Amino acid sequence: MLSAPEDIKRPLSPHLQIYKPQITSVLSILHRGTGIVLFGGSILWCFWFVSLAGGRDAYHHYQTLLLNPVGLIILMGWSFSFFYHLCNGIRHLLWDIGIGYEMPTVRKSGWTVVFSSVLLTGITWTIGLMKWKGLL
Amino acid sequence: MKYESSLKRAQGLGSAKSGVHHWLVQRITAMALIPLGLWFMGFSLLLLTSSYEEAHTSFSSLWIVTLSISFVIALFYHASLGMQVIWEDYVPHELTRWSLIMGTHLFCSFLAILSIISILKIFLT
Repeated sequence: MLSAPEDIKRPLSPHLQIYKPQITSVLSILHRGTGIVLFGGSILWCFWFVSLAGGRDAYHHYQTLLLNPVGLIILMGWSFSFFYHLCNGIRHLLWDIGIGYEMPTVRKSGWTVVFSSVLLTGITWTIGLMKWKGLL
Repeated sequence: MKYESSLKRAQGLGSAKSGVHHWLVQRITAMALIPLGLWFMGFSLLLLTSSYEEAHTSFSSLWIVTLSISFVIALFYHASLGMQVIWEDYVPHELTRWSLIMGTHLFCSFLAILSIISILKIFLT
């Protein structure tokens, strides 16, 4: 006897957690993830304009909201997402014009993206924090 | 069983001819955002710890305002297109997906308009 359609345990195609993480897949997922983070971060930019247009009190209120340990961690995560998405975006644009498809090149460009985004985040926050503390 | 040729069945069911536009605009805004984004990320993070007066006067230059508004338009257009792809990939229910895409487009347009008007207000006052 054939069982009812809903009883049949059909095989599922292998999903994300089945595969061993590789530089190619991890970076691809990160590109999406950071894109979503940046969507949220763009709201921060919008509120920054609104607070600056709203006058001195609104601006100071927004500044105190961001310039505390939690706010700074969020801003650092956001800026890393930004630099990662930007660097990996350049990698995508190069692929679009047919450059860098060989596997060793793909791995090399992937690690270049990781190191440059960490480096850019580091440089930005070194300059930013030095300016904040009046060292620059 | 329908007595139709394969060609007859396929005709009129092609692409909506709008996919290329989405793909192209996503790339054009991406290219614009490389210089604009790098500049604005540095510009805004340095101003974050500045006084209100300093931040306000930095928007008094015509060039800074023009570049900021260009950045805002490219940013929210790119964000809107990117989020659309994510909804298309992960939301199987058609009406939910459609509502999320439309909601995202409207929300991004609203944020862009709010940002542009705020920048103009800072510039003009």
